[in-house]
Amino acid sequence: MILLIDLCYREGSLGFDEYVMPVERIVERSGFGTSSVHYRSVSPADVPGAEAIILCGTPLADNAFLKVPGAFSWLEKTGVPVLGICAGMEMICKTFGGVLGPCTEIGMTGIRVAGNDPFFPESHSFSAYELHTLACTDPGPLKVLAVSDRCIQVIRHPVRPVYGLMFHPEVRNEWAVERFLSLTRNDSISR
Amino acid sequence: MKLGVLCSGGKDSLFACGRAMEKEEVVCLITIRPGNSESYMFHTPNVSFVSLQAEAAGLPLIEVETAGEKEKELDDLHEALVLAREQYRIEGVVTGAILSVYQASRVQRLCHDLGLWCFNPLWYTDQEDYLEALIHEGFEVIVSGVFAEPFDETWLGRPIDRTSVALLEQYVEKYGITLTGEGGEYETFVLDAPFFKKRIEVREASSEYRNYRGIYRIIHARLVEK
Repeated sequence: MILLIDLCYREGSLGFDEYVMPVERIVERSGFGTSSVHYRSVSPADVPGAEAIILCGTPLADNAFLKVPGAFSWLEKTGVPVLGICAGMEMICKTFGGVLGPCTEIGMTGIRVAGNDPFFPESHSFSAYELHTLACTDPGPLKVLAVSDRCIQVIRHPVRPVYGLMFHPEVRNEWAVERFLSLTRNDSISR
Repeated sequence: MKLGVLCSGGKDSLFACGRAMEKEEVVCLITIRPGNSESYMFHTPNVSFVSLQAEAAGLPLIEVETAGEKEKELDDLHEALVLAREQYRIEGVVTGAILSVYQASRVQRLCHDLGLWCFNPLWYTDQEDYLEALIHEGFEVIVSGVFAEPFDETWLGRPIDRTSVALLEQYVEKYGITLTGEGGEYETFVLDAPFFKKRIEVREASSEYRNYRGIYRIIHARLVEK
């Protein structure tokens, strides 16, 4: 089961339809079961029971998830693979010692991949949909796997299978979610 | 949160309106009436009858006319959003965008510049499930324009029901249209919705059709009891 975590401003918000449901459809089409929970309602039992966790994005105006101390404390310790999308990447950056700063990108943007990671094994470029007002301006100990002209686009934890994507893979880059799930299932990303 | 819904009169904006009403407070509809039938951003046929939809839903309408020039349209939408914020204190905007990154990005930028939230509840939805929900929930929708092969003139004014959806699914396979018409292959007009207090009855309409392009133009319509 893949646990989808809704980072929107409140449980059952209109943002759920836009930022959680499209990701849920990709996961289910890939043959995985799903369960979704709002970030304020994650219980300690939810995390180890998941095959992998996806932290979903939020509306452009919604950064409320950054102001709730302790809501993501589980992230510091988990060995479960995690994929953070946009807001989810911002939370990963903040949790592991990176720094967030203002950076607005809206619409399609070119992304350059450095390669040399199971998720992004080869150097290449692609175009992706962006919708954010903040970005990881200093990754701290996190590895940078891809960038755009404006900001860091993909990060991963130096040891654990925790990845962050600044772009929205549910728009025209479903392969990124599918690859994360495939690596999780094949145990190709180190735990 | 007080929201204004960008409403073209078609199924996507009014379905999105219904979803927004379930979760937030919708305080007005906002419509842009293009003078240019090739509008880049805004759906055209029968947009003048959005006022009847607003009345049926019991919502006020902000209406701004646009010349329909590519970038000027954004200024007109900006003006409409500013009016909606001044008159109805909207805090956010809802659109019926499904797949159009072009449309969604522009509205997102405008909202960002104005400090408004932006919601697209149909964004990357499953299109078959969406059309089934539309029919199942009691939306009464007709085709108000066709703009692609293989649509013939029998589509003009045709209801979106399970029979027409089955045919649209065949067109997806054979002609590569988008099932919901998001690529501009067809346009729709909503006569009734679950949140309408009255339904719209078309009293008089005319059709123009030539070479896979046609418009079903409502000439006279009124609200009647449901």
